[in-house]
Amino acid sequence: MIGNWLDIGPVYQIEPGMARTLPVEGGEEIAVFHTMTGDFYALVNKCPHKQGPLSQGIVHGAVVACPLHNWNISLKTGEALGGDEGCVPTIPLKVDAGRIYLLRSAVLGEKPKPEAA
Amino acid sequence: MNAPVSFDQESARKAGRERLVVIGNGMAGCRAVEELLERDPDRYSVTIFGAEPRVNYNRIMLSPVLAGEKTFEEIVINGQDWYEDNAITLVSGDPVEHVDCANRSVISASGRVEPYDRLIFATGSDPFIIPVPGKDLPGVVTFRDLDDVDRMLCAAEKGGDAVVIGGGLLGLEAAHGLSLRGMNVTVIHLMPTLMERQLDEAAGWLLKEELERRGQTILISADTEAILEKDGHVAGVRLKDGREIPADIVVMAVGIRPNVALAKAAGMEVERGIVVDDHMVTSDPAVLAVGECVQHRGACYGLVAPLWEMCRALADGLTDRPSGYQGSVTSTKLKVSGIDLFSAGDFSGSDGSEDIVMRDAARGVYKRVVVQDSKVIGAVLYGDTADGNWYFDLLKKGEDISDIREALIFGQAYASGGALADPNAAVAALSDDAEICGCNGVSKGKVVACIDAGAHSVDAVRSTCKASASCGSCTNLVEGLLAITLGEDVESGPKTMCKCTSFTHSDVRRLILEKELKEIPQVMQELHWTTPDGCSSCRPALNYYLLCAWPGEYVDDQKSRFVNERLHANIQKDGTYSVVPRMWGGLTNPKELRAIADAAEKYQARTVKVTGGQRIDLFGIRKEDLPAIWADLNAAGMVSGHAYGKALRTVKTCVGSEWCRFGTQDSTGLGVKIERMTWGSWMPHKFKIAVSGCPRNCAEATIKDFGVVCVDSGYELHVGGNGGIKVRATDLLCKVETEEEALTTCAAFIQLYREEAHYLERTAPWVERVGLDYVKSRMFDEADAVAKLAARFRISQKYSQIDPWAQRAGGDRKDLHTHIGEVRPLQMEDVL
Repeated sequence: MIGNWLDIGPVYQIEPGMARTLPVEGGEEIAVFHTMTGDFYALVNKCPHKQGPLSQGIVHGAVVACPLHNWNISLKTGEALGGDEGCVPTIPLKVDAGRIYLLRSAVLGEKPKPEAA
Repeated sequence: MNAPVSFDQESARKAGRERLVVIGNGMAGCRAVEELLERDPDRYSVTIFGAEPRVNYNRIMLSPVLAGEKTFEEIVINGQDWYEDNAITLVSGDPVEHVDCANRSVISASGRVEPYDRLIFATGSDPFIIPVPGKDLPGVVTFRDLDDVDRMLCAAEKGGDAVVIGGGLLGLEAAHGLSLRGMNVTVIHLMPTLMERQLDEAAGWLLKEELERRGQTILISADTEAILEKDGHVAGVRLKDGREIPADIVVMAVGIRPNVALAKAAGMEVERGIVVDDHMVTSDPAVLAVGECVQHRGACYGLVAPLWEMCRALADGLTDRPSGYQGSVTSTKLKVSGIDLFSAGDFSGSDGSEDIVMRDAARGVYKRVVVQDSKVIGAVLYGDTADGNWYFDLLKKGEDISDIREALIFGQAYASGGALADPNAAVAALSDDAEICGCNGVSKGKVVACIDAGAHSVDAVRSTCKASASCGSCTNLVEGLLAITLGEDVESGPKTMCKCTSFTHSDVRRLILEKELKEIPQVMQELHWTTPDGCSSCRPALNYYLLCAWPGEYVDDQKSRFVNERLHANIQKDGTYSVVPRMWGGLTNPKELRAIADAAEKYQARTVKVTGGQRIDLFGIRKEDLPAIWADLNAAGMVSGHAYGKALRTVKTCVGSEWCRFGTQDSTGLGVKIERMTWGSWMPHKFKIAVSGCPRNCAEATIKDFGVVCVDSGYELHVGGNGGIKVRATDLLCKVETEEEALTTCAAFIQLYREEAHYLERTAPWVERVGLDYVKSRMFDEADAVAKLAARFRISQKYSQIDPWAQRAGGDRKDLHTHIGEVRPLQMEDVL
């Protein structure tokens, strides 16, 4: 089971209300978010609008405001909120015993298998 | 070790029954047996093994025992007679050490062999011990059983200092107990919010305030490095930031882990917990498991309610009427007397979900209910938990709440009250002398009279009869009265700060000072924010307002800063940054230029551009390289140009009397002095200054926020200019004779703007909004107004003239500039 999940380190690496980045060689950089309510999410670090680095946006609730043009992106679904349209891929994430795990296949940008995660 | 309780006279009666062995004499094990006896008292002959040498007690009531509110006798669930009456064999103080699944028997520490037909693991969980030096010292205890409580009580008798590591449910209950027992208690919590798994930031803040008021010291975002020793006993705790806290006892309460060792050794399928199906059966069909030691559908539980539900499903299965356990939705209450706290369900918030927030600062109440698809999916209550169970019930049943949506947050009594479910109807039902505004003592009759007299907006009501003008908690009542009295004619008031609040920017600024609000969560609580943690427009505004109101005291909140101000560089469309070092008054020299050239090459700046503000911009720098390029520029004597901030940007100058044949004064020299005085200052918006040496105005001083035009007889000071989307020429503020006066007036004007403008309001719209006459009157009506404003500006500058680049280059906030790791799929070493 553990083999499907990539351990990216302890939860306290990311201050609540902030995000940090995880570059993937040959793939898309990932932004890992820690919300003020203590939840963790991972998204491809690219706003669907103009590819702004979402990791640098202001986090409120389970939403990040893109630093370039203030689009609000849902951390749960990757979808643009409000009147805007677009969606950024999300990476399945779990927290176990104080460590953050990402679904390996999603990190590597593989198409999710039917029963993955 | 106690001898097993056995009853020979019962043996005969028990013969022929199926043999059931339970490992664990705790709450889960005994409850499972109780449920079983209720369904079929004659089917099994039961033997319970317990590691603790005592009968079954209610573990969740250990906190009240520690606090001295209950005795051990009061928390016993099943005394000796229960075992006897039900012919249960209790083997206490003799834990099972081995399970032989093949031969269906268990072997205890003393060598007792007990065969079984069915076996139940109810081994519970173990406290998690953080692996730090000193964790095994005498005086380091956990908070799990009665022995732990005894050890704490023993320490408390001698008084002194206690440190509790872990600000979760258990840790806070331990801290409360030790504090009541007279110890001086410090709680160390790794995360920035207490009980972050159960509480949001707002409720966590209220809890922290209350515990501190009760004399506990709460250290958040504190990471334990080591437990210190003196004379073979615990003496204190050292944090990773170097702080040391003295301790005569250290309670480790960071969490629990399912106790799975025995099951694992016996060959059961074990992940985080013992894996069970919906009937609590493990990978061995003869073996079941229940309680905190199990993992059901991927979830482990550390609370008591799921345990009851599991026991029911287990007993149903063991008596051949399988029902199946579906997993639990959990709720939490903190057992600290006088603190009412409740949380349930999912309150992390999402797109489809909507927060309904009610705050009552006067009563210290925070209520938040999360609704999705017309159903309650989560709730956090602080200060008034009377409706906790009602919300929890709505949540578990998944009831459609659209009919009571408007009144939901006011609670069950209100929402179920028929006609009263419409909040306006409730307001209408109040008598004329009912008090609406407690702060200003305004009755309903007075508010209505005031509305009838022409106050047709909340703001108009506030300014006439003062209702809702102070704390604002009755704003919704005033709005209700406006709606009832005027119907459709209610005027919308001035624009509120954002959708999170009914207050305007000016209200918020005024109330921060009046009520001495000093932290963002405090502002949100006291001013009744309707969202749990604000939004991307109010957070940066509040951060600025607090920074301006409490210089030197307020700690800048990085997560409420826009990216440019957080990274001290300007983000560009490709996600790289631009870097602009400061050039005082537009002056530079070969050494600085050389350093800039070297940095441009070394960090591969793709574009080097001279800015309109007389300095040099390096484009295309990566976020990871920022601290290094800053270090290089610092080494040549340069500091941040704040080209990225709502702050003083640049002071543009012409060459002035030193070189220019038309120059009347030393404009370059004055520009440098002004920039030295004003750099680093945070403002409502960006702020540009220029100094021109004569009225030809080569430095374009009349389209700046503050412009100086030198003339033969002195200095003309201009304000409120803007060269942006809407060009606005400055207004003449005044004329002064000396450089000193020019500097002081500049400082005073900036401070007035800093203190009174709305966040993101440039000086041009601000001056137009309030009027030049107002600005002049605030500065010149009183003889010493300029001096006082300038003095406040200088105080604030004492704390802001610290080069942020040097701090970051020195290693501060490394997390903002580094990746969390890197994934290189070609090598199997994944995260480096």
